[in-house]
Amino acid sequence: MKAFAALLDHLVYQPSRLGKLRLLMDYFATTPDPDRGYGLAALAGTLDIPHAKPALLRKLISARTDPVLFSYSYDYVGDLAETIALLWPAGGEATHPPALGEIVTTLRAAPKSKVPDLIATWMDSLDATGRWALLKLLTGGLRIGVSARLAKTALAQWGALDLADLEEIWHGQEPPYTAVFAWAEKRGDKPAAARGTSFRPFMLSQALEESELTTLNPADFIAEWKWDGIRVQVAGSTLTPARLFARSGDDISATFPDVTDAASFDAVLDGELLVRGDGADPAPFADLQQRLNRKVVAKKQLDTYPAFVRVYDMLFDGEDDLRALPWTDRRKRLEDFMEKLPAAAQARFDLSPVVPFASWEALTGIRASARGAAMEGLMLKRRNAPYIAGRPKGPWFKWKRDPLTIDAVLMYAQRGHGKRSSFYSDFTFGVWRDDELVPVGKAYFGFTDAELKQLDGWVRNNTTERFGPVRAVAPGLVLEVAFDAAQNSTRHKSGIALRFPRVSRIRWDKPAVEADRLETVAKLVEGA
Amino acid sequence: MPGVPGRNAAETLHAREFYYRYGRACVAAYGAHFRVMSAAAASWIKVTPAGLEVVPGGFVIDPVVPVDRAVITHGHGDHARPGHGAVLATTPTLAIMNVRFGPQRGEQALQYGEALKIGDVTVRLEPAGHVLGSAQIVMEYRGIRVVVSGDYKRRRDPTCPPFAVTPCDVFITEATFALPVFCHPDDGAEIARLRESLRLFPDRPHLVGAYALGKAQRIIMLLRESGYDAPIFLHGAMAALCNLYRDFGVALGELTPVAGQPQAALNGRIVLCPPGALADRWSRRMNEPVTAMASGWMRIRQRAKQRGVELPLVISDHADWNELLQTMRDVAPGEVWITHGREEALARALELMGVPAKALSLIGYEDENDDDAKAPEPATPA
Repeated sequence: MKAFAALLDHLVYQPSRLGKLRLLMDYFATTPDPDRGYGLAALAGTLDIPHAKPALLRKLISARTDPVLFSYSYDYVGDLAETIALLWPAGGEATHPPALGEIVTTLRAAPKSKVPDLIATWMDSLDATGRWALLKLLTGGLRIGVSARLAKTALAQWGALDLADLEEIWHGQEPPYTAVFAWAEKRGDKPAAARGTSFRPFMLSQALEESELTTLNPADFIAEWKWDGIRVQVAGSTLTPARLFARSGDDISATFPDVTDAASFDAVLDGELLVRGDGADPAPFADLQQRLNRKVVAKKQLDTYPAFVRVYDMLFDGEDDLRALPWTDRRKRLEDFMEKLPAAAQARFDLSPVVPFASWEALTGIRASARGAAMEGLMLKRRNAPYIAGRPKGPWFKWKRDPLTIDAVLMYAQRGHGKRSSFYSDFTFGVWRDDELVPVGKAYFGFTDAELKQLDGWVRNNTTERFGPVRAVAPGLVLEVAFDAAQNSTRHKSGIALRFPRVSRIRWDKPAVEADRLETVAKLVEGA
Repeated sequence: MPGVPGRNAAETLHAREFYYRYGRACVAAYGAHFRVMSAAAASWIKVTPAGLEVVPGGFVIDPVVPVDRAVITHGHGDHARPGHGAVLATTPTLAIMNVRFGPQRGEQALQYGEALKIGDVTVRLEPAGHVLGSAQIVMEYRGIRVVVSGDYKRRRDPTCPPFAVTPCDVFITEATFALPVFCHPDDGAEIARLRESLRLFPDRPHLVGAYALGKAQRIIMLLRESGYDAPIFLHGAMAALCNLYRDFGVALGELTPVAGQPQAALNGRIVLCPPGALADRWSRRMNEPVTAMASGWMRIRQRAKQRGVELPLVISDHADWNELLQTMRDVAPGEVWITHGREEALARALELMGVPAKALSLIGYEDENDDDAKAPEPATPA
């Protein structure tokens, strides 16, 4: 538990991805089995233990501390797990702190009535950091800025494994992943991938440089719409429950029962997860967001935002692995498969059409004309390319439509993190509504390092108010902000949210009064 | 809470949050008007806007504005300020004031344990264990003994003598870390974490934010005691006080100014700077530093994160909760007055212990690190 607690503690403060990887690799290298496997599971969200409710923790602490002092402390600290960890009376040094593996196995076996005593005994034997880590583990959801993907990336790097290989076998493995660690340490063979509903690594695309078009033969490629949803893999099954995987390899089946329930077929499909808007058309991404990251799915959500998958590739047809086949053959198998799909499943799975074109010029025109609610642009796929895991250069290109731009006024700047902690690098910008500015978004990239220095200097010289790491600035600097789409939003004061906003140009020359007005931005909202 | 800005409810809420977190010192500055302590035990000590005034002695303790006669507990900028008519303090504290503000009018040194009659009050200084020269002020008048703790801690510090327990009728204490969540860990273990980070990131400079007075020298000494004998690099604002500590016999080992060093020379090294320089433009000269900060506040994760600290070191020169309670038991005063910090929690604990206590709400003394105003550093870039 000590090593795991130290890892969580360090990860909380570590801003950089490389630093996190370093910490994770060090943990795998220095922690024995089975603890490191349970630690990995906790980070990857695959650790299945009974969770403790905040009410239980409050009860435990109230038996050990003055309620008035507890409330002063909780007010000050703000986080329940941390407050309790710090307040818990020390003094159990005599007992040996439990190992992570011991905690996990004991909790799984214990009857519910014994859990409070177990927790108390462990708390007594741990130091403040250990207690905090234990409470994080028990309340579920570590929230320390490490995704399952990052944890697996660290494991792959540490064991010199191919991440795609690891992803492929991952869902067939269980905590504490001793076989995986044996493989990583070259003490064992690559574990077998589970049959049926396991994850296969995705094939990803490169962004198209338009100058590249002249070097490509249009006859070698097909075009499809690029949909603005999330990329998913549907591992259907007629025997076991079907599963839905996100690009990270995360299993998101539980969040989309409407999709998985309809996937009772023996095939692995690749497509875009979308929700329907009015009629049959896909709704903007903002609507899909209402469905994402929910552990419990309310019926209202299912009814208001019905999900479906727009399918564009097929990895397995029954037992047949199609990945080595060229796109044309896979597409043929996919079209045949989709045609035979029962009507009930057709509501949840439809085929992403191929967009015919004669020349790159013609396709450029098609791309410019398309602005459907959930269209991001075009995909170009080489007809003869097999399905290759990872991001190979050449077979698949994404060709996003040109971004929209507005001229907005810088309103607030916040200090960045890590390398950027001495720079004001996160910029909130707004547009005019009558004679006041209303914020419409936040951007923290799109500028060069040299421009960042200039922006930082401008912020420091034009600060009107400070709130900790945030500075309000005088309305004097216009930023040209590029974004992929504008959507209505009830969360933002302006009523508008921008997709992928970034600073495309700093308009040192433009007076703030000439920046855009909210009405102008509202006209860019999809469906407006 | 006055005039916190915000253009709508959500923004105002946001601003308030920051205000509370960062502007606590400002919030505390509400009208502390001339008040007379009701306690019969020591009605000769008054809380005034200038500080604690000892009427029959004609002096003010740690005055926040210039006064005729000041008695200073220690050299931190919020306790020792320039411009008084006369100043009484320990020899090191006077030396620290000289380094910071130049020679002061009416300097008078008093050694630990030595008694001096000022007006009708007998004054003695006893070690407080906070920083070099820090003192408690022991005062006797008409058979009543009052001890003003100043800032203090109870654990060992290689750079100054330990806190001396002095029984008294009224103990006037600080309460900077007076919440039961503040339990400072062993400082050796914190130093071990710093060295462990050096092992894990051997190519990155380790930039440690620490007060130039006291904390910096203590960190250096703890590092030396742990066997770290490499040169330690210093921000320019650190040099003068380190030299002063050396003059008082604290062997700090090899110290090197950061100024003029090529970037690569700092990789894998420990660099000390004032907390304010951590996220200042000054720190850009370092290549991907690990930013550490040594402070009792680092106990609270969100506070450390807000400052962008990657390696929080919980090392404080103030008493933690247990030390405060231990001190109350050791000193066993008839009554406790609480000067600054989290007065309400300490008052509650004293209530549970059956000791009469009250908060004085003194203004002008900063929480450690709450604002980097504690030790105003010379603006010279290092």
